[in-house]
Amino acid sequence: MKIKVNKKILERNEDFAESNRKFFKKKNIFCINMISSPGSGKTTILEKTAKALKNKINIAVIEGDLYTEFDADRIRKTGLPAVQIETKGACHLSAQQITKALHQLDTDKLDIVVIENVGNLVCPSDFDLGETARAVVLSTAEGDDKCAKYPKAFAQADVLLINKIDLVKHLDFNISRVKRDAKKLNKDLKIFEISAKTAKGMQGWFNWLINAKR
Amino acid sequence: MHEAIVAQNIVDTAVAQAPKKGGKVTRVVISCGQINALNDEAIKFGFEMASAGTICQGAKLKIKHIPLKAVCKNCHKKFDFDLYNPKCSKCGKSDFSLGDDAPLLLEEIEFEEQQ
Repeated sequence: MKIKVNKKILERNEDFAESNRKFFKKKNIFCINMISSPGSGKTTILEKTAKALKNKINIAVIEGDLYTEFDADRIRKTGLPAVQIETKGACHLSAQQITKALHQLDTDKLDIVVIENVGNLVCPSDFDLGETARAVVLSTAEGDDKCAKYPKAFAQADVLLINKIDLVKHLDFNISRVKRDAKKLNKDLKIFEISAKTAKGMQGWFNWLINAKR
Repeated sequence: MHEAIVAQNIVDTAVAQAPKKGGKVTRVVISCGQINALNDEAIKFGFEMASAGTICQGAKLKIKHIPLKAVCKNCHKKFDFDLYNPKCSKCGKSDFSLGDDAPLLLEEIEFEEQQ
């Protein structure tokens, strides 16, 4: 006997994602899910973003890592509230973990919630967290061939931050190749070339974030 | 290794959807989009682990890959996106827009009829 089912396999995750989405909408919160390889500079970007914007808008950060509270501590030092999720081995954050983390934040006055996903350019792409937008970070030292190698991360993002642009002079990194490959997968992708360390190009990202919130 | 979680969800969904009066599940068919970051071998291995002791134990898992659709901006031809050769299959131009990748779906289950 055979029966047709046609049910989404990750439905349980999607149910939580949908309830997170409704929550963000109700509270008028813009939520951005940041995805990248480990070491691309997500936390540094967030530290600099926090320092630049904390007097203008209310931001909170949800940090995902396999182990340690290092990243949440770094964010708290900037004055922003942060919740650390330790996945204890899981390679991505799930929507249910975000629901729990939101309970630990005072969300009444928040404008933006940033989710820093587990450093991994593969698995997090398959898990909707209920975010309003998705950002992918690629640092120049990782190489310029990553869009074709890890297409889903780029195909589903709203914004691409090409970080560590200050290192390009030491590397064989072709920025136009990255932009061309990324646009092929995602014609509406907004791309910023930045260096979180030197602050180059960061203003464009700050403006995008503030405008996206509106 | 999120395939382990996906495999667990396949088993949970199949168990929940199988008719109460049905027998053992013999075959499960799933489909996923072309650029879904899932490895067939890892899912099959995970499915074997997750199905142990359930009505799905020993069932065959078939994984269908659904092509990602693209539309050429030059000649408007709808074609299957080829990651290794991202060009329009008709006019050869590489100016196209991509559709959404198909979701992970449990399509059907086959099971033995109870005597």
